Amino acid sequence: MELFQIFITIMDATFRVATPLILASMAGMFSERSGVVDIGLEGKMLGAAFAAATIASLSGSAWVGLGAGILTSVALSMLHAYACVTHKGNQVVSGMAINIMVAGLTPTLAFAWFRMGGQTPALKGDERFHSLTLPFADAVRDIPVIGYTYAELISGHNIIVYIAAASVPICAWILFRTRFGLRVRAVGENPHAVDTAGISVNVLRYQALAVTGVLCGIAGSYLSTAHGAAFIRDMTAGKGYLALAALIFGKWKPLPTLFACLLFAFTDAVQVRMQGVDLPIVGVIPGQFIQALPYILTVLLLAGFVGKANPPKAIGQPYIKEK
Amino acid sequence: MSEKAVRFGTPAKVPAWVNLALIPLVNLLAAFVLSGIVIVIVGDNPFKALEVLIYGAFGYADAIGYTLYYTTNFIFTGLAVAIAFHCGLFNIGAEGQALMSGLGVALCALYLDFLPFWMVIPIAIFAAAFFGAVWAAVPGYLQAKRGSHIVITTIMFNFIAASIITYLLVEVLIAPGGQSPETREFAEITWLLFFHDFLPIPETPLNISFIFALFLSGGFYYFVWHTRWGYEIRVVGQNATAAKYAGISSARNIILAMFISGALAGFVGVNEILGVHHRLILDFTGGFGFVGIAVALMGRNHPVGIFLAALLFGALYQGGSELAFEMKSINREMVIVIQGLIILFSGALEHMFRPRIESFFKRQKSVQAAEA
Repeated sequence: MELFQIFITIMDATFRVATPLILASMAGMFSERSGVVDIGLEGKMLGAAFAAATIASLSGSAWVGLGAGILTSVALSMLHAYACVTHKGNQVVSGMAINIMVAGLTPTLAFAWFRMGGQTPALKGDERFHSLTLPFADAVRDIPVIGYTYAELISGHNIIVYIAAASVPICAWILFRTRFGLRVRAVGENPHAVDTAGISVNVLRYQALAVTGVLCGIAGSYLSTAHGAAFIRDMTAGKGYLALAALIFGKWKPLPTLFACLLFAFTDAVQVRMQGVDLPIVGVIPGQFIQALPYILTVLLLAGFVGKANPPKAIGQPYIKEK
Repeated sequence: MSEKAVRFGTPAKVPAWVNLALIPLVNLLAAFVLSGIVIVIVGDNPFKALEVLIYGAFGYADAIGYTLYYTTNFIFTGLAVAIAFHCGLFNIGAEGQALMSGLGVALCALYLDFLPFWMVIPIAIFAAAFFGAVWAAVPGYLQAKRGSHIVITTIMFNFIAASIITYLLVEVLIAPGGQSPETREFAEITWLLFFHDFLPIPETPLNISFIFALFLSGGFYYFVWHTRWGYEIRVVGQNATAAKYAGISSARNIILAMFISGALAGFVGVNEILGVHHRLILDFTGGFGFVGIAVALMGRNHPVGIFLAALLFGALYQGGSELAFEMKSINREMVIVIQGLIILFSGALEHMFRPRIESFFKRQKSVQAAEA
């Protein structure tokens, strides 16, 4: 039972860490599947985290904050679309520009508005999302294994964790079972064919990037109003890139991407618990190694040493309509 | 046709000064106007900010020293990103390559300091270039031979490099009895000469790395435009298919370009670690690798342009500190906003103003032709 409880605690932490990764990698999936590289996930999350914390603090409502986070992220996503789709700019440069700009803009505005050294005020009460207790969680807690798992692992998260969990089947359904999803996938593989069918490549990519913005906005808001209780400078700390790695590791497919996010989050949760623990045979594993593991795995996958990742065919190329 | 419209530095049918000076200036102006709006939003006067910025960067001897010291880093990373651009590659990993070069420098300076200075310093510089080069050549190899996308691999390599350096500094190379993750101070014989050691100027971090930077810029020009290797790299970058028909190996040139790119980025380690800090510390790269992208884009991948762009960013970095000190509503991050906007306008939105400016000049030309 002791070991089982540790496992549940680690899985609980895994879900909390995985939430922004799942949302951001689902966000990236729409963008990349439509043929637009998005290394700007990081900046969009950071911008959303700042907007959500600021507006939640001013309005007193976490939900209004979430709305502001989503709006900010969508606006940044539209900037990306304007540069990459309308003006055929380089997609990597655009993503990079957004990341750097937001990394500078958020602490600048926070400093000017709140005078707290680049942070926003701590959120209290309704200004942030709190843990929810699912129905019957307390009643079934004493049932061994199943009841305990339900009460400790499934119940007791904030609403955004559940939104993230729901986002995976919803995104999968949109991408693979709707007309919009089919078109998004087609435009990422062969935009000429889509254009020939009389559908606007540009409009589709704008739409896909709007979805990216919404999901990234939820991910960023989670960091500052649910997981944390204020905006702190650089609080995304590479999570956008990690989500991108998960997306690639999941070969741009919803379910494998979910597992990649959970794997990366699990290694993180284990690393926190295993700090300095002397394991049999291998000894103490350096925390830095475990932190670097997702990136190493992604490089190995991309190099074709573990499986093979096939990106969308038209990714990274601006579409220029034939005259 | 679609190829042509999206490639960096497409040859334009307009006067050279429009392409090389006017368009970058218009983009720069747009970035500064937006930055000014941000300054108005945070409640300060943008014109006063500009004045403070310029005075802080060039107004007195210390300031110029610091500006040129930052410029040195940006020349190195700008050249690094540019050589990769010439081969059609996007090296977003200059940051990680610079970080690894610091390790190369530190290992030499820590363990070879029994050698005379004229041996240990060149060895350390070579090690810096080599460590950076290898850290870039691996993603280059993976791109060339295994088809993994260089942008993603170099991003991943940045994180891996950061983990390696953190691990080594925390667990292995940490100064005996030290608390913070840094090595012991190097022996004084390994230090590079500061400018204030031989010139009557105030003490600044400006050291002879700046002269290396100028020297390398000249070498870069000669290599890219006047050697067979540079030619081959450019051919691969412009048209890989044509290169193949001409018997030029894409794979070989991709790896070579990345190797050189990493070596150039590695000189940041020389300037920072051997020149200024004299010990390996965490995060000494300070985003210089990412700014290198902006420098290369603004400088049109040419050493002269890169020098000017590096000077601009050096001035922004140094003037930015002054800005945070002098103005009550502005902090250091304002400079990062300006950087981001410059990358946005001169990189991502480079096609926004260009067609309008070009068609204006083309029209002028046809009017002249009609009159004549």
